[in-house]
Amino acid sequence: MPPGDEVVLRVENLVKHFPVKGRVPFTSGGVVKAVDGVSFDLRRGETLGVVGESGCGKSTLARMLVGLEQPTSGAVRFGTSVVHQARGRELRALRRRIQIVLQDPYTSLNPRRTIREILLQPFEIHPDVLDRRRRIERIKELLDLVGLDPGLHLDRYPHQFSGGQRQRIGIARALALSPDVIVCDEPVSALDVSVQAQVVNLLERLQEELGVAYVFIAHDLSVVRHISDRVAVMYLGKLVETGPEVSLYESPRHPYTRALLSAVPVPDPAGRQGRQRILLAGDPPSPVDPPSGCRFRTRCWQAADTCATTEPPLAAGAHPVACHFPLAA
Amino acid sequence: MSLLEIADLKVAFPGPTGPVNAVNGVSLRIESGQTLAILGESGSGKSVTAQAVTGILDVPPATVSGSVQLRGRELLTLSRKQRERVSGEEIGMVFQDAMAALNPVFTVGHQIVEVLRVRRGMSRADARRRAVELVDRVRIPAAKDRMRDYPHQFSGGMRQRIMIALAIALEPDLLIADEPTTALDVTVQAQVMELLAEIQRDSGMGLLLITHDLGVVAEVADDVAVMYAGRIVERGTVEQIFAGPAHPYTEGLLNSMPRVDRRDEQLYAIPGAPPNPARLPAGCPFHLRCPRATDECRVVLPPLLALPADRASACHHHEEVLDATRR
Ligand SMILES: Nc1ncnc2c1ncn2[C@@H]1O[C@H](COP(=O)(O)OP(=O)(O)OP(=O)(O)O)[C@@H](O)[C@H]1O
Ligand SMILES: Nc1ncnc2c1ncn2[C@@H]1O[C@H](COP(=O)(O)OP(=O)(O)O)[C@@H](O)[C@H]1O
Ligand code: SF4
Ligand code: SF4
Ligand SMILES: [Mg+2]
Ligand SMILES: [Mg+2]
Repeated sequence: MPPGDEVVLRVENLVKHFPVKGRVPFTSGGVVKAVDGVSFDLRRGETLGVVGESGCGKSTLARMLVGLEQPTSGAVRFGTSVVHQARGRELRALRRRIQIVLQDPYTSLNPRRTIREILLQPFEIHPDVLDRRRRIERIKELLDLVGLDPGLHLDRYPHQFSGGQRQRIGIARALALSPDVIVCDEPVSALDVSVQAQVVNLLERLQEELGVAYVFIAHDLSVVRHISDRVAVMYLGKLVETGPEVSLYESPRHPYTRALLSAVPVPDPAGRQGRQRILLAGDPPSPVDPPSGCRFRTRCWQAADTCATTEPPLAAGAHPVACHFPLAA
Repeated sequence: MSLLEIADLKVAFPGPTGPVNAVNGVSLRIESGQTLAILGESGSGKSVTAQAVTGILDVPPATVSGSVQLRGRELLTLSRKQRERVSGEEIGMVFQDAMAALNPVFTVGHQIVEVLRVRRGMSRADARRRAVELVDRVRIPAAKDRMRDYPHQFSGGMRQRIMIALAIALEPDLLIADEPTTALDVTVQAQVMELLAEIQRDSGMGLLLITHDLGVVAEVADDVAVMYAGRIVERGTVEQIFAGPAHPYTEGLLNSMPRVDRRDEQLYAIPGAPPNPARLPAGCPFHLRCPRATDECRVVLPPLLALPADRASACHHHEEVLDATRR
C-alpha cells in the first residue's frame, strides 16, 4: 500500500519543558527545553524518520505522541480527538490506535510473563476489541506475522529469546490491536547488524500488508534513509529541516543536515580519500539555555548577525528548512 | 618483525555446562603505523581477544593459550608484574565506556599526572605541563582550566577524548581501541576517528580497532579481520574485503547494511542469530545461517586458508564466493 494523502496524526507546535531540579543550585527555576515547538503531519501508511544527535528531544517527542508524556503546550490530533485531552472511552480508543515500540527489547517486556500472557494483555485492557474465545487464535496469527513459531514460542519467557526475537515480540504486541500509527523509538539500535536487517525488513513488510504508519526515530542515518518516505531533522528541540527521503539526503538545505550527513561513514574504502567531511566542533549547547536566534549558530560555519537575533522559521512547502541562508539545492 | 603478532590464541571461560570458548585460535599481525580492524557482531570474541593482548584478563578463571608477541617478545609467558609494565607503557587502551575507564573520584588532570609521574618518573611540574599538552592535543577547549574537572563534568565525546589522552600519555607503540565510538553520535564519532588518525600519522603507532561498524572500518582500516564465533573467518586488506569478500558471512554483513549514500530497495537479512559460544554447531560455525552451506560444511570445520594476494578465508567454498562477489 503506497502512502496516501490522508493525515492520520497531526502534530501542532508541540512543546515539552522539564523543570530542572536542584542538582546545580544556581539553575533552579530553569527548564530543559526538550521539545520546543514541533509540528508535522503523518500520513496514512507512510514512514516519517526522525534523526538528530543524542539529547535533541527524540524520545520526549515519541512519548508525547503516544500520550505517555503530557506536553507543556501544543497538540497531537488523531482524527477528531486530541491525544492529551481525551478521557474515558475516547482515550482508550486512541491508545489502541497509536502504539509504541522501544529500543530495548530486554526491558520493554515483563520478564515474569510468558509470550502468551504478554500478547494477551492488550486484549485484556481493550476487551471489546476481540471476543475472548478468538484471542488465542489472533496471537498465534501475530506471532506468525512477525516470523516466530507459535507452536514453539508461546509458553516461553522473554529471557529465552535473542534480542532480535524479543524485538519481534515487541512489534507483535504493538500490532495486536491493529493500530494506525506505531512510534518506533530506536527499534533496531540495540541489535546486531545482521539481526537489524531482519527487523527492518519485517517493519517494511508489515507496513505493506497492514498500511500502518510509522514514526521511526533513530540516530543511524543510514537505517532511517532506508526505511523512511520523509525525514525530519531535529536539533535542540526543534525541527530544522523536513523533506522527502531523496531530496533531503541528496540535497540537504540546512547546514546542520549537511554536516550530520557528511559525518556518516560510508562503507566504500575506494572513495575515502576524496570524501569531503564537515567536522562540527564541540557538542550541541545545553537545552536549558539554547542560543538566541538560530539554535545552530554556535556550530554553524555561515552564521551571520541575523542568526543571533532572529529565529529562522521552518518555512512551509514540500522540503521546508529553518535557516536564513539555506544551502543551494 | 611485526609490531604485534598473535598466533593461535585461544581463550576459554568456565561455564555452567562446560567451557565457554570465547576465542578459538586467532592469528593476526599488525605493523607500525597500520590500522587493523577486527570486525564482528556482539559476542564474536573481539573484546576478549583485546583483553588477552593487554593482559587484563583474569587467569584463572580464564584459560589462555597460543602466543602474543610485541616486537618479537612473548607476552603470555611474562610474569604478572612484567606484563603490567609492558601493557602500561607499550600498549595503550581505549574502551567504549570512558566512564568505566576513568576514575570518578579523581580529577582528569590528577589521573594523567599520576601516570606520567609513576611510569615516567616526571616531576610534578613537568607532568602537569605535559598533561595540559595532552588534553589540548585531544582538542579539549581551555585544556589548562579543565584539568581540575572530574570525568562526569565532561560530555561523552570529551570523556572519550580524555581517555585517548590518557592512553597516549606514555607514547605507546600500539593502541587498542575497543568500540571507541559506538556510544557516540556520528558527529562526535567523526571527531574522535579523525583525532586517532592524526595521532597515528604523527607517532607511527599501530592501531588495533575493534568495531561492528562496517562504515567505520571502510573509512579508517588498512587491513580487516572478520570474526565469527571466536574465529577469524576472513582476513584481507580493506579494499579486498569491500570489493569482493571471500566468506559468506562477510558477504552477508555487507549486503545487510543500509547505506547513507544510496537507497536499496530491500536489505539482505542473514537468517537466525550468532551462535552461543558454549554450544557451537558441528562443522562450520556459520552453516546454520549460510545460504551456500553444503553437506561438507555441516561436518568439517573449514580452516583459515591462505588465498592469493595475501588474503585468507575460512570457507570450503571460498572460490565460489569470490566468483560471486568480485565486482
Ligand atoms: N568473564 C567472562 N566469563 C564468561 N564468559 C565471558 C567472559 N567475558 C566474555 N565472555 C563470553 O565470551 C564471548 C565473547 O565475548 P566478547 O566480549 O569478546 O565479545 P564481543 O565480540 O566483543 O561482544 P560485544 O560486541 O558484545 O562486546 C561472549 O559469549 C561472552 O559472553
Ligand atoms: N524527565 C526529565 N527531566 C529533565 N530533563 C529531561 C527529562 N527527560 C528528558 N530530559 C532532557 O530532555 C532532553 C531531550 O531528551 P530525550 O528526548 O530523552 O533525548 P533523545 O532521546 O533524543 O536522546 C535532554 O536534554 C534530556 O536530558
Ligand atoms: S540560520 Fe544562520 S546560523 Fe542558523 S543554520 Fe542558517 S546560516 Fe547557520
Ligand atoms: S564453509 Fe560452508 S557453511 Fe561455512 S561459510 Fe563456507 S559455505 Fe558457508
Ligand atoms: Mg532517546
Ligand atoms: Mg565488545
